[in-house]
Formats: sequence, C-alpha cells, structure tokens
Amino acid sequence: MYKYDEYDHSIVASRVEEFRDQVNRRLAGQITEDQFKPLRLMNGLYLQLHAYMLRVAVPYGTLDSRQMRMLAHIARKYDRDYGHFTTRQNIQYNWIKLEDAPDILAELATVEMHAIQTSGNCIRNISSDQYAGAAADELTDPRPWAELLRQWSTFHPEFSYLPRKFKIAVIAADEDRAAMRLHDIGLQIVERDGRHGVAVYVGGGMGRTPMIAPLIKDFVPFEEFVSYMEACLRVYNRYGRRDNMYKARIKILVHEIGAEKYAAEVEAEHAHVKKLDLDPPRAEFDRIAAHFADPAFETGLSDEIDRSDPDFAVWLDQNVAAHKTPGYAIVNISLKPTGGIPGDASSAQIDLMADLAEKHSFDELRVTHAQNIVLPHVRKADLYAVWQQLRDAGLAEANLDLITDIIACPGLDYCSLANARSIPVAQKIANRFADLGRQRELGELKVKISGCINACGHHHAGHIGILGVDRKGTENYQLSLGGSGAEDVSLGQITGPGFSEDGIVDAVEKATDVYLAQREAGERFVDTYRRIGMAPFKEAIYG
Amino acid sequence: MKILTGNDLASGDVTWWTGEGWSRHVEEAVDVADQGEAIAHAEEGARRVNAPYVIDATDTPEGPRPAHIKDRIRALGPTVRPDLTLKPADPNAGSWVI
Amino acid sequence: MADQTLRFRNDEAHDEPAVTLDSFLGQSNATAVRIESGEDARALLPHLDRLSLVEVSFPKFRDGRGYSSARILREAGYTGELRAQGDVLVDQIPLMRRCGFDSFAPEAPVDEATLTASLARYEFVYQGAADSAVPVWKRRHG
Repeated sequence: MYKYDEYDHSIVASRVEEFRDQVNRRLAGQITEDQFKPLRLMNGLYLQLHAYMLRVAVPYGTLDSRQMRMLAHIARKYDRDYGHFTTRQNIQYNWIKLEDAPDILAELATVEMHAIQTSGNCIRNISSDQYAGAAADELTDPRPWAELLRQWSTFHPEFSYLPRKFKIAVIAADEDRAAMRLHDIGLQIVERDGRHGVAVYVGGGMGRTPMIAPLIKDFVPFEEFVSYMEACLRVYNRYGRRDNMYKARIKILVHEIGAEKYAAEVEAEHAHVKKLDLDPPRAEFDRIAAHFADPAFETGLSDEIDRSDPDFAVWLDQNVAAHKTPGYAIVNISLKPTGGIPGDASSAQIDLMADLAEKHSFDELRVTHAQNIVLPHVRKADLYAVWQQLRDAGLAEANLDLITDIIACPGLDYCSLANARSIPVAQKIANRFADLGRQRELGELKVKISGCINACGHHHAGHIGILGVDRKGTENYQLSLGGSGAEDVSLGQITGPGFSEDGIVDAVEKATDVYLAQREAGERFVDTYRRIGMAPFKEAIYG
Repeated sequence: MKILTGNDLASGDVTWWTGEGWSRHVEEAVDVADQGEAIAHAEEGARRVNAPYVIDATDTPEGPRPAHIKDRIRALGPTVRPDLTLKPADPNAGSWVI
Repeated sequence: MADQTLRFRNDEAHDEPAVTLDSFLGQSNATAVRIESGEDARALLPHLDRLSLVEVSFPKFRDGRGYSSARILREAGYTGELRAQGDVLVDQIPLMRRCGFDSFAPEAPVDEATLTASLARYEFVYQGAADSAVPVWKRRHG
C-alpha cells in the first residue's frame, strides 16, 4: 500500500499545525463558531449529540496493522474504547473533545493517517473496491488511481468551498463492490486500444433525491483523467446550486441541465484545462503503483481446507471469497454480531484484527462500505487459525451479505441530523432472524437503514431499505424494496405508510415470507421483487 | 417550560443552563421563560457554551424532561450503550428517554 | 465597508473605482471592474488588456465561486490586480492566493500576524493552480 514520502509527511504535518492553530484561535474566541465550523469539518470534526465526533480517513479503505493499532490507541486514549466503521470506508469516534483533536491528529500523522476532508463541502475520501489487488475480476488495481485523486483533491484551492460535499468512487471490475453509480463521480477503469482509462459517471447520490449517475464520458485516457476531473469539478463549482442545501449536490445540476449539456460543459472546460499541465505524468503513476504491487505470494500452496469443524465450515462458505492467487483467500470479518451495533469494534477487537493482518494477510486490511473489514490475502492453510481467533473475539459471525449483515447509520443515538434511531431497528431485525439456517435459506439480502433523509445508511440502495422519520414527534419507519448499490444498480421503492419500531420488523419479516413463497430457482430476494413487483409485498404487509 | 441547552466548547459535553452556569445534568436545568435567546447569546459570546438553543420540556418530579426524544438522548446518552450514559446503573433510564 | 486592504503586488494601487460587469461591458474607458459571485468571469476575456483591476465578490465565505473566477482570469493571461472582496477570512486567503488573488478587501479585519503564519505554513502543495507553486508530483519527477 501507499507509503508517504517526505512531501506527503510535510503536508500532513503542516495540516496538523494549521488545525492546532485554528482550534486555539477558536478556544480563545478569535473566530466564531460560524467561521470555525467549515474549518473543523474539513478536518472531519463534527459537533454531534453527545460530544464532538471525529471521522478519520482510511483512503480507499486500505490500512495496515500499524495504522489499525493507532486507531485502537485513539479509541482507548481519547474516546470510549471503540470506533465505528462507516459506509465510506472511514472510521469515526463519537466522544472526542475539541481540545484533544490537535493531539489526535498529531498522533495519527505518525502513522500516515489524517482526518483531512472527511467532512465539509469539499472532495471527500476517494472510495474503492475492498477486494482491490485480490479479486480475479479486476482489470487492474484501482487504488493507484484513487491515490492520485486523493493527492489531487487534498487542499485543492479552487474546490474547498463547493456547493456541497463531493464523493468519488473508483472501481476496476464489472462487478461493482463500491456502489460506484451512487457517487457524485463514479469511475470505472477500462481498457481501450491497449490503454487504460476511465469511464466517467457523474451525478449519482442518495439523500433526499436519490439518483443513479449517468455515463458522461465512456473513455478518458489516463494521461488526461486528472484534468478531466478538474473540469468536472469546475463546472460544478461554478454552476451547482447554492440557494438550497437540499438541491446543492451535483446530481441536481446534472439532472436539471441534463447529462448531455453537463458533458458538453465539461468537454469545453477540459479542452481548456488539459493544457494547464495539471495531469501528473506516467512516472508518478508508476511510482504510486509500485506501492500496490502484489505481495510476495507463495507458490505451490495447497487449496485444500479441512472443513471438519462445522462452525468453521459455515463461516468458510459465507464469509470467505475467492482470491486471484492459488492457495489464497479473501476473508470478510463481519462487524455485525447478532444484536450488536453494526460497524462498531472495540479497541481490543481492532488490535486483534491488526494482529491477524500482520501475521496472516501481508499486513493489510480493508474497510468495506458495508461497514465490515477484509483481510485480503490469507493463505487457505491459515483460515482455520484465523477463524478461531475471530470467533474468540466475537468477530466470526458468518453472515456476510445475509439479512443480519445490516448497514445502519449511527442514527438518533449519536447523530444530531437524525430523525429516528436506526441501531435498535437493526438489532431487532437481527434478533428476529438470528437463526443462521433461516438466514442462509433467505440468502443474499441486503438490509440498509438510515436514521434520516441524508441516507448515510444507503437505504435507497437496500434490497430492503428502511428510513427513519419524525412523525409528529414520534419515530416512524418507512420501508422500501428493490434497491441495489451493485452493478445491477437500482433505487428502492417505498411500500406505503410507515411503521413503528416493532411494526417495521414485522413488515420486514412479511416481505421475506412473500419472497420465500414466490421465489423461483436461483432468485435472490431482490430478483423475485423485480420479477413480481410491489403488489404482492404490499398486500402481505398491509393486507 | 423552556430550558436552554448546548455543548461545552472545549469538551463537547452536553450542557444545561442552571440559572447560574452550565451543568451536564438536565435535572438541574431551570425554566428560562422568554429569556432563553438572550442568555444563549450572552453565554455563547463569552464562550461558556457552544451552539446553545432553547427547547420545550415538561416539569416532572425527577426534573425537566425534554419534549423531544433527541434532547432526551442528549441528556442521557445513546440508548444502545447504557454503559456509556450518565446513568449506567439505572434500569429505568432507558424508559425515561423513550 | 472595508478599511483594510491587503496587497501582494509591487505596483501602484489602482485608484479607479470598479464598475459593475454590465457597466464595464457597455463602457469603453473603465479599467476596473467588479464581478459578483454568480457572474461569468469569461465575459471579461476579450477585454483583459484594458483592465488593471478585477474585483471578485465573496458575499459569504462559503460561496466558493470566486475561486474559479480567479483561476479562469489568470489562465487567460490576466496579470493585473485581482482582488477578493467581502466575507474574506484569514483561513481562506492562502487558498485564494493559490487561485491567483493578489489583493484582499475583507469586510472584517484580518489579523496580519495570523495571516503571515498561515501563508507560510505549507511548504508543499499537491496540485497545480494559478500560483507558481510547483506541485509535488513535479518535484518528484523533475
């Protein structure tokens, strides 16, 4: 993975010093909260329900054991001994003091970590495929491209006061494991005439008006893709709406002027900016890509796995994915224990995962946008030992992509933007469906819960989506069906009137009953829904 | 009744106006009547509080109970982690919030 | 209105008042123009040789359109004074400098010691902009 050179270190160190100065000036009253807020947001520091919340960046979801141990240390020293992994592959801490934030950033900088631009109306963490460098289906590792964009977007002087936040995802396979089409810009690395470039999708997003990003340009070669991004952002910065924060994302601009007009504006701007020497040379790409070369995989390893432990076999079948290299596998660590808090991990668990990565995964981990963790390069021969340690730490729930592998935002228990609590709903659903046999019978079923319309739980992209709303001062939950954030991208449809907390759990169960009664061979829940439509579900739920 | 709440600037702790200062305990919050905005403005200017706002609350024997669940969660802590709330040992704390 | 003007140029300050964009485009002899945050800086491109001062409005510091306006003007070869006026705060001035602004008329006073420290803080930058800072990728590869 990428390692900082002297320039990267210097830039992050300057940022730490800059933020320390800004915090001191705020505490001394030299700047108001209104002036300070964008500055602290650009360092990932929110004022939430209980305290300040700090969102630490995990660039394209990749980190090593040293960094993971630092995250555990931060949790112990400055927070309440746990962290929450997010739907943008970052980690957040809920109990941070403003006066500690500069020291936290200084400690993070010692392991090449930061909280730069994890909030604010600027370009956020570049997200990517959690199986990058390990999956057989990728054209190339997308992460060097993501790293180039990370550097290009960091403290970009023209794009630090955009109309609204800006999220970019980069993938390199036809299977979309990063919800690329639901980003402000989604990039798929493709090949044309022997060259690599990107297909560019602009204008996706969730929130109040979810949209799937249309294709804006089918091929931008490597040599011009950074300046093409510059053009995309400049058009947005100039013409994105600033009159209404709920209409300020680029998806609204693309929708209002049309994808063709937006593409034409970008083309015109690109014709101009591509002459400004903004595109790093191939040598810079190669320098970065060298950090992402394959680890020293052993050869001649056995692909045999002893399945005699039935609990291990269940976990193996559900949570372990195929690796591009013989003898290796991709391990998915579920942070969704039944009845637990989705995406949370204690400092002890974080340390354990660091140890496993160091010993068994070439010192690398990934954070997924489904709030789980991946050990990308594990020898098949080591899987049993890894599983045993995960099991002993409460990290071996064998529920990847099953109904209890729920994505849930922190919701009203933590977040000042929320209208309803989301975590208790996730817990109740997980408890209702706790039986693993029942879960496996239901198969792939992605449940996503958001506590407000900002949709940080990605509910629009859930096979089953749940949105918490405030109905005359009481928490109420809307149910939607048929969304997907994968390459079969679609937006969920609302079933009808909302439910109480217990009611939504019953409604979800009724929806699964309809699926079981109606499904045809090979169909997942979402496939049956797409075939038979909303009516049978609506009838069962409200009938 | 109307009570005044905010966060401590340096620590981020949820705080409640007691009439004389700021407390982490909503039981000590006082009715600010129609003075809430004025007090908030003065206190924020002096940096004794950050992002203050006035809320409705009902006066109960246990003290003020914020009208909206969000402020009750702020007053106590996350409902899903009783161990992290201001009253980890109180079995009735959760029902006060909900 | 602004009392403090921060200027990073060696030439004489331009003393003509800045006219509105509409006036400028309709008028033959103005040498200073002010563009509002929503106006198109490219409207000035045919007239850059007439201009000694372009003032760009920042009605609210969160309105970042002026950063694009400034870069567009510098990219087109404008070398006159480029002034940011309005809700201009010390923490945004370094970014504005990178976008090509070389004078500032903030509505509220800017602490000059804080500004000097802010401007000197970052030795390196990641990306090219309108200033002469060499992006690190260029330093890495010559």
